[in-house]
Amino acid sequence: MSYKIPTFRHPNLPKNDLGYTTKDYEGAVSTLCAGCGHDSISNAIIEACFEMSIPPHRVAKLSGIGCSSKTPTYFLGNSHGFNSVHGRMPSVATGANMANRELLYIGVSGDGDTASIGMGQFVHAVRRNVNMVYICENNGVYGLTKGQDSATTDIGSKSKKGEPNALEPIDLCSIALQLGATFVANSFSGDKDQLVPIIQAAIAHRGFAFINIISPCVTFNNAPGSTKAYDYIRQHMASTNTVDYVPPAEEITAEFDEGTDEKVTMHDGSIINLHKLETKHDIHSRTSALSLMQEYKAEDKVVTGILFMDENSQEIHETMNTTQRPLRDLGTEELCPGAANLEKINDLHR
Amino acid sequence: MKRDIIINKFVIKFANVNGTGSASANKLFSRAVFRMGVPISPKNIFPSNIQGLPTWYEVRINENGFLGRRGGIDVMVGMNPQSMERDITEVEKGGYFIYDSTRPINPDFKRDDIDFIGIPLTEKCREMYEDPRQRQLFRNVMYVGVMAALFDMEMEVFKQLINDQFKGKEKLVAPNIQALETGYDMAAKLPNCPIAYRIERRDNVGNKILMDGNEACGLGAVYGGATVSAWYPITPSTSVIDNYSRYCRMFRTDKETGEKNFAIVQAEDELAAIGMVIGASWNGARAFTATSGPGLSLMNEFLGLAYFAEIPAVLIDVQRSGPSTGMPTRTQQSDVLSAAYASHGDTKHICLYPSTPKECFEYTAMAFDLAERFQTPVMVMSDLDLGMNDNMSEPFEWDDAKRYDRGKVFNEEDLENMNEKFGRYLDIDGDGIPYRTYPGTHPTKGAFFTRGTSKDEYAIYTENGEKYIENMERIQKKWKTASTVVPKPVIRKTDKPCTVGVIHYGTSEASTLEALHHLNSLHGISLDSMGIQAFPFSDEVGQFIEEHEYVFVVEQNRDAQMRTLLINEYDFDPECLVPLLHYDGSPITARFIRHIIRDWILQTTTSPRRRSRFY
Repeated sequence: MSYKIPTFRHPNLPKNDLGYTTKDYEGAVSTLCAGCGHDSISNAIIEACFEMSIPPHRVAKLSGIGCSSKTPTYFLGNSHGFNSVHGRMPSVATGANMANRELLYIGVSGDGDTASIGMGQFVHAVRRNVNMVYICENNGVYGLTKGQDSATTDIGSKSKKGEPNALEPIDLCSIALQLGATFVANSFSGDKDQLVPIIQAAIAHRGFAFINIISPCVTFNNAPGSTKAYDYIRQHMASTNTVDYVPPAEEITAEFDEGTDEKVTMHDGSIINLHKLETKHDIHSRTSALSLMQEYKAEDKVVTGILFMDENSQEIHETMNTTQRPLRDLGTEELCPGAANLEKINDLHR
Repeated sequence: MKRDIIINKFVIKFANVNGTGSASANKLFSRAVFRMGVPISPKNIFPSNIQGLPTWYEVRINENGFLGRRGGIDVMVGMNPQSMERDITEVEKGGYFIYDSTRPINPDFKRDDIDFIGIPLTEKCREMYEDPRQRQLFRNVMYVGVMAALFDMEMEVFKQLINDQFKGKEKLVAPNIQALETGYDMAAKLPNCPIAYRIERRDNVGNKILMDGNEACGLGAVYGGATVSAWYPITPSTSVIDNYSRYCRMFRTDKETGEKNFAIVQAEDELAAIGMVIGASWNGARAFTATSGPGLSLMNEFLGLAYFAEIPAVLIDVQRSGPSTGMPTRTQQSDVLSAAYASHGDTKHICLYPSTPKECFEYTAMAFDLAERFQTPVMVMSDLDLGMNDNMSEPFEWDDAKRYDRGKVFNEEDLENMNEKFGRYLDIDGDGIPYRTYPGTHPTKGAFFTRGTSKDEYAIYTENGEKYIENMERIQKKWKTASTVVPKPVIRKTDKPCTVGVIHYGTSEASTLEALHHLNSLHGISLDSMGIQAFPFSDEVGQFIEEHEYVFVVEQNRDAQMRTLLINEYDFDPECLVPLLHYDGSPITARFIRHIIRDWILQTTTSPRRRSRFY
């Protein structure tokens, strides 16, 4: 079941440039467990889209199967959503993107979806640089099937059942970097201040924007000994940067420190203002991002922030040289070569 | 050997080595026959291999226009020492074996009841060409020249074809013609040239064309308005996409900017391929994939989603021999059941069964209209025989007044004027088909959540059993509606009342019709026939079976899959449907069908009174 949110809101809710309030970006009431990290992510998506004044109906939300994949019901109720099959969101999103290059595609997935059953599809969506935001709500556990270890569970991490995981985890950010992802960020569902602007930067990015978000599972993987628990992440999280998102044609009002800040102008004219906490890291260098992650891991720390971006990359439609118009809008006149050409083709086969 | 001259009615088979360039030489031969106005049906019989293994090209020449495989070889062109022993045994009594006599034939292989004609082709090539690759390629053209002389064909036709073939590469014309003439001259000097089999000009081809089914499907997708294609390479379907791509580059690319009105994605596997098709169709584009049995197996989960969430999808299944990897370069009609009922749960899918390139073209184009009209997957069930062999076909036709049927879609204006709440799965018109909306249409109306889980009319998740059944019943109603719209069977009745019928579909058609013709002319047996064109079955299919006491179901698989489908969908006594099965991977022959039907009628109808019904 999904429940509708009561329609009453404070009459003076702030409005964005389109005249919408946050209410216009909400979805149905979540049916996830109270305290689930995923709900915080849904709220961060709502806030990011509201602040960026994205028309809700110009967003397509796509997901696979699992707790994370249920969440598109809980945000952007005026957007079309597609809860597809387990691990196959990337292909559905790729196809949807082929049909209409003008919409904003937000794919939501989990660690079961992305790191196990749909690993192949994830990998190839990255390679193709499909223009979309790909969020992996990573809790290191299979929630809907009640608590099995996932492929991102760290070695030694204990789930509710108390058994330490014995297998090597898959680090999705490293894999995305190695595959040539053009935007890679790591974040934590509990850190909204960092997460919202990262989502905004990912939306502004032209190409495949991957955000791995550690999102604790309060029911099955929040026990002491779990490396995806709230307490553990709070104690071990280390930001490489924090981010301000500045919309196109808006003045930068945030403080800017020449020594530690860096401005990145995005394709749509918006600006990502990075406050570097780790000054030696170059976010335009994959090598730098990969070694930073290795270093932090060795110190038992979880590095968050935007790890890498290439704001000038070519997304798949540019590579393919597809027409600027959405393919789905083309009609018989544009698509059908007609009877005269068919007769010529007949002739070539006589 | 004293012989009768046989004109325009024989079967020739070329035995070659894979990867030696023989395919284009063989094609040159068959096109020359075709251009002389004589109907042909060539069949590639090739291994799952790139280079080195035996491959054959069998051409049936028949001026009466029988295009199925006949069975039996009259003239064998044995260019492959590896397969020579077997090739010699395959020649019918009184036939010919043409070979390269540079090396003598093993005397153990010799037969007295056929003629051997040796021509030292390799020796000649060694004399004429330095480059080993040229020696190999021109030897192929040379044996075509040999055939031209032996069958007493018009050299001008060959020369014209070579000119056509190398348009833009004129430098290649002269050497090819030289090789052709060399072969011709070598054969013409032989005392028994021309041989007893001849090819004479006729006017029996009319305006027909020669094309393979995969090209026809690819072209059909272009004409049908497909803009998104996602696929994973698999024999024998790959050339569907190659041809779609080729025709899109020709007709859908802006001459100045190079911008494309199409998108082709080579997916990482078949799961992704169908996922992309479903994503694109959900978002309002016409999208399709092409695959074969193993790919269809992988697509099952997604096909169930498309069925249940009601998303259009077009799939071209070029069937090959299964199960598993089976015989990947041999034909079969063995995906009938796995396509019709693909996926878990109660599912069924619209299937179309083309038997000619023209039907490949028309059904592929039609598949997009059907998929969008019924918001469901549609599969075009071709096979390797149809897809990868040149087939003589009626020319393709298109009505320029035709507009695509995009099905029931609410646009922005519809939604703006709508006062009631939009319900994605509401059966407003009573035909079971609901209205959909594309993402991004209207700021506040028409959005819904597509899901593979059960839902109510408003696309809201529900596990309510009644709602679930209502929804499943509505989809079933849609299916009934579809049965009135899909192509009707082609029924051919004899002029006298007849209690036995024959059902065929897809590539079993040509051989079945020829068998029926000969059952009549040779044995006096006349039977009604029906070519099934689509699933769901329209009422006419059931009526035809009811009208006959026994009905043969001719198909190219072991388990009589179409028969099973018929029994499953109707209440017939299974006894009345007699399986007639051929599944060794080669196309079914008219002879095979004729013998089985003849023997069945002779053996199973022991009472003279009963037997009399068939004559």
